[in-house]
Amino acid sequence: MAIRHHQFDAVIVGAGGAGLRAALESGQRCKTAVVSKLYPTRSHTGAAQGGMCAALANVEEDSWEWHAFDTVKGGDFLADQDAVDAMCKEAVDSVLDLEHMGLPFNRTPDGRIDQRRFGGHTRNHGEAPVKRACYAADRTGHMILQTLFQQCNKHGVEFFNEFFVLDLIMLDGVCCGIIAYEIGTGDVHVFHAKSVLFATGGYGKMFKITSNAHTLTGDGPGVVYRKGLPLEDMEFFQFHPTGLYGLGILLSEAARGEGGILRNADGERFMERYAPTIKDLAPRDMVSRAEFFEIKEGRGAGPKKDYILLDLTHLDPEVIETKLPDITEFARTYLNVEPLKEGVPIVPTAHYAMGGIPTNVDAEVRSDAAGGIVPGFYSAGECACVSVHGANRLGTNSLLDIVVFGRRGGINMAEYANENKFTPLPENIHEQTEKWLQGLMDGDSPETQAHIRQKLQEEMMDKASVIRTDESLTRVQYEIQGLRSRYARARVKDRSKIFNTELVEHIELGFLLDMAEALVVSAKARTESRGGHYREDHQLREDDHWLKHSFITRGVDGATELTYRPVTMGRYEPVERKY
Amino acid sequence: MEVQLRLLRFDPETDTEAHFEDYTVDAEPMDRLLDCLHQVKWHQDSSLALRRSCAHGICGSDAMVINGVNALACKVLVKDLQQPITVEPIRGLPAIKDFIVDMEPFFAGYRAVQPWLITDPSDREPERERIQSPEERERFDDTTKCILCAACTTSCPIFWSDEAYVGPAAIVNAHRFIFDSRDRGASERLEILSQHDGAFKCRTAFNCTAACPRGIKVTKAIQEVKRAALFESF
Repeated sequence: MAIRHHQFDAVIVGAGGAGLRAALESGQRCKTAVVSKLYPTRSHTGAAQGGMCAALANVEEDSWEWHAFDTVKGGDFLADQDAVDAMCKEAVDSVLDLEHMGLPFNRTPDGRIDQRRFGGHTRNHGEAPVKRACYAADRTGHMILQTLFQQCNKHGVEFFNEFFVLDLIMLDGVCCGIIAYEIGTGDVHVFHAKSVLFATGGYGKMFKITSNAHTLTGDGPGVVYRKGLPLEDMEFFQFHPTGLYGLGILLSEAARGEGGILRNADGERFMERYAPTIKDLAPRDMVSRAEFFEIKEGRGAGPKKDYILLDLTHLDPEVIETKLPDITEFARTYLNVEPLKEGVPIVPTAHYAMGGIPTNVDAEVRSDAAGGIVPGFYSAGECACVSVHGANRLGTNSLLDIVVFGRRGGINMAEYANENKFTPLPENIHEQTEKWLQGLMDGDSPETQAHIRQKLQEEMMDKASVIRTDESLTRVQYEIQGLRSRYARARVKDRSKIFNTELVEHIELGFLLDMAEALVVSAKARTESRGGHYREDHQLREDDHWLKHSFITRGVDGATELTYRPVTMGRYEPVERKY
Repeated sequence: MEVQLRLLRFDPETDTEAHFEDYTVDAEPMDRLLDCLHQVKWHQDSSLALRRSCAHGICGSDAMVINGVNALACKVLVKDLQQPITVEPIRGLPAIKDFIVDMEPFFAGYRAVQPWLITDPSDREPERERIQSPEERERFDDTTKCILCAACTTSCPIFWSDEAYVGPAAIVNAHRFIFDSRDRGASERLEILSQHDGAFKCRTAFNCTAACPRGIKVTKAIQEVKRAALFESF
């Protein structure tokens, strides 16, 4: 394999919404490269459907403070309130920015950006659902991704597409670039940089049923974890209540925002029992748990009584066809179900990682739980944990997160690059990576990555998903250890250089195993229930002990260590979370 | 059920030309073709090269020629395909390996039509959103659905014989802006599209419309662009 060298002031890894938004800022301030495993338009931002919340108050009275309250409460009071304030305040300008870039939002009769209801978003601190989500049919994420990609092309952003990040270059605690693998050639590229931003997305592929793309394998957080740097709040993983049965493909919460209702086998609107005020529009963690209990207690629909029905049959067909065209097509294509006439079978699906690479509100990466930062290193989007989502993200806040913190990250990384000099790199900086890659393709092994991946996904779904106990987590932790040693023995059979996608998938699996370990260890330690982390053996939230963020690190000896950082509080004191 | 696959294989490091290889996998009628290809890759021949990501027809990675027609491997189901299912890379773009083609010429065509909002430089950035009526928004709704998968462009017989033709996807993306009431770049784009390699190369074969996995009326959009170029009405 050839070794190639590049030098850029700023290098952004990942070309979804956060990476592209950062590139637009950084690219206009300093020499910037975007390094992406996929062509930018393949990024999973494009799969986001329902909307992006901002208190524009175009349709109903609203304020950014109400949005902030809902975000904090939705996150079960674990979110850092300074970060939430920043995000909800900037939300309005972020939406207007996107409109100015050309994003085709749906419009009100008087030509302004239309807004609709979404789970957990309420007027005046929980009184009733509010119309806050700005949207473009049910392809809002697609339109954000396309619009940002259009703008990057307009501004001549330099892309390295189908380059897979393998390592972060750190010298004396300072970030100095990355090492990446060019999938099309098998070459190793050293990107020398003054600042680096990771925007690599999530890692839902550790679960069997997920809305996530095949490529969402936690590459960025995986690289960080291997560097001995911490990951934050890894135990908090969101299960979206409406994934297509058996497949996990997402059906937007907008379906319920437009009036859709969840029903059990008896046809009962069961959310009335769990969240009497906002019912089907309760936050996702609560709805997913409610579904789990309905199924567990024998009220699931279908021959195996193992799914819930999303009922849209009472809606105006015009609304379904114009405001929810994609998701109705998913139901028709993949389940052969006609949503105009019958309920759509759905189950909770692994959807979103609240945890990730710890950052502050300036997208600077934290080096520890105490308040240190890694000079020159930034992160934004799902792979980061600011934390604005706390223990459970509200619907639409991910699209908001990527544009707000992508923008902040892009500005700040460029400022840092313009104020600092390149740290010279040792000549052999690539050697370890090269040796590692060669080792993966050296010799034979009966172990196959497909079996390890499948086992991981089944175990995580079974023991570390919507409901967890000490016992289930202990067992899955043991399984992961076993899978890790099997993985260490496995080898890549394909030895080709050009598009060796077996090698790519092999490395991705390694990152997934790291993410699974970090999730399970963090979850086992947290003996309370909060947001997306529900412990059947510790069902209550315990603010006295657990109003704090988990920071997990893995030492060179492989031992994990947990430290904690207090939540940044603000206007909202924790109260019981009722809807 | 058993499913027979005929896959056109090509490894640039060992093969001089592409050849079909047969595989049998076990699949359900409701499985996607992509699931079958994964079965081959994960359990029979790990060297099989393909692009894929979202697996539900949104990211546009896995356009292929499936039983002779362009489609996304994640959006066609086994039950709807006659066996053996033949799979080939999309045509008109340089084949690299198995189902992976060089997408750069495709994206070059896309970039050529300036697919971004062009505003009047003298216009002050508005403080709030620009006003656009639901009717004005509806005018270009169809072409905003494009996911740049290249299924349309690589189904076009004109594009097969002339790679310089910008192709249907580029024209779709030009349409998305030409008919956007907020855009001021229509005449620039129409000038580009009136040139030799532009929209008038289209001979309305309708292959593109049939191939679009997003249901975009591609040929109609191209005709609207041609009409706009001729009569300057948009």
